[in-house]
Amino acid sequence: MMIPACRLADLPRGEALRLDIDPPVSVFHTDDGELFAIDDTCTHQDASLADGWLEGCEVECPLHASKFDLRTGAVDAPPAKLPVRTHDVLIEDGMIYVRVSTDAPNLPPCVAARLAGGPA
Amino acid sequence: MRTVAVVGASLAGLSAARSLRKQGYDGRLVVIGDEPHRPYDRPPLSKEFLAGGIGEADLALETDGEDLRAEWLLGARATGLDRTRRAVRLADGGEIRADGLVIATGAAARQLPGSDGLAGVHVLRTLDDARALRDDLARGGRLVVIGGGFVGAEVASTACALGLEVTVVEAAPTPLAGPLGQAMGGIVSALHLDHGVRLLCGVGVKGLGGERKVDAVLLEDGRSIPADIVVVGVGARPCVDWLEGSGVILENGVKCGADGRTSLAGVVAVGDCASWYDPRAGHHRRVEHWTGAQERPAAAVATLLAGGAVEPGVPRPPYFWSDQYGVKIQFAGHAADADSVTVEEGAPDDRNVLAVYRRAGRPVAVLGMNQPRLFTRWRKQLAAAS
Repeated sequence: MMIPACRLADLPRGEALRLDIDPPVSVFHTDDGELFAIDDTCTHQDASLADGWLEGCEVECPLHASKFDLRTGAVDAPPAKLPVRTHDVLIEDGMIYVRVSTDAPNLPPCVAARLAGGPA
Repeated sequence: MRTVAVVGASLAGLSAARSLRKQGYDGRLVVIGDEPHRPYDRPPLSKEFLAGGIGEADLALETDGEDLRAEWLLGARATGLDRTRRAVRLADGGEIRADGLVIATGAAARQLPGSDGLAGVHVLRTLDDARALRDDLARGGRLVVIGGGFVGAEVASTACALGLEVTVVEAAPTPLAGPLGQAMGGIVSALHLDHGVRLLCGVGVKGLGGERKVDAVLLEDGRSIPADIVVVGVGARPCVDWLEGSGVILENGVKCGADGRTSLAGVVAVGDCASWYDPRAGHHRRVEHWTGAQERPAAAVATLLAGGAVEPGVPRPPYFWSDQYGVKIQFAGHAADADSVTVEEGAPDDRNVLAVYRRAGRPVAVLGMNQPRLFTRWRKQLAAAS
């Protein structure tokens, strides 16, 4: 599934954009100018990684201290224990597109339960 | 270095063990813990775990399949340190000799004098504490929380959601004034009142009523508050008694440099028992935060492995969070350093606030209530400014 995110010009470096799909995905524009997309929800608890602390190729969850590697989705330290999914990012005619992974997401228990119950 | 012993098997001890392996230490690694449990996460003990939302398996800090190639000595309490023989003495008479030592023995909940052996009286620090309190709360009734700090407030919030009748007693005129300052302490602790929890401030506790089981909390002004369950949340003291006479200098915990080094070569300290030198403040501080226990061991381990030859980086301003009555509370920095505090976003009455603390116009701390995005921005700014 290819999803148009926004115009590249509308996502400055150091910023993130959350796509409100289910589950939500976020596109990060690093200070070095690279673009990455990962699942937006921290695997520990319901928090939006787009609100987190972006530094280099890592984003720290806005609530607690776990950091996710934007390139691999790997998590570095507790309280989160599972990685987030990564997604392909494409740029065409100045537009950012995300190809959403077909892998099963690692969602925190409360969010997984909500999604299992159908779209809110 | 052939053997490193980590004394303390909670978050700080585990983070130290992980850092040792990550930084290339390949020798013998012994982790000594006085509790019988593998490392577990404490923040949920006053929240989801206490409410019954998650179980013990969810508290595990180690990941599936993680192998630190460590010897785990659990249920083993350290009772002394012999500096000449470089040995940690254990309560069972055994000892562990090690040429490198990480002290991570944490802090223990302060008890209320005279509460020994009285059923229904709890502190909340360990998994065993939380199990006992959870079982009592499940029976319902009237809960009195002594101490309006973060642990007390989280227990009150959880118990209120479970349907208990809750009273919080706080000796200071404003709860949380220490960590948050007077004004913001008042705003955050007003969450109790919003949810029908009674908050009694500026009054001390004289004692507890009841024969074998607690039935009341007796206040210094003569009032008696009926209680079926009492939680004592009046802070913690560092677990460093075992280091008396060892040569490790103790001063409100283990006195350390900005890199975690103690007064003894080959010995570093991390977590709640450690009072690190804060280069920004120019003095030592003991900070009992989860994030410090998670982040600082990397620096202490680097110091240990390099024999003290590393330049310590400047750590980020201390950060902690709390969840109370469904509100996410976040704080970074030091409120005590501030001479002013202003609400930059949101409204105190809505319990939705981003407040910035400043000293001579420079930000020194930031508080967020349900403001994770803005809070992160300010927290970054705070780190950059200092």
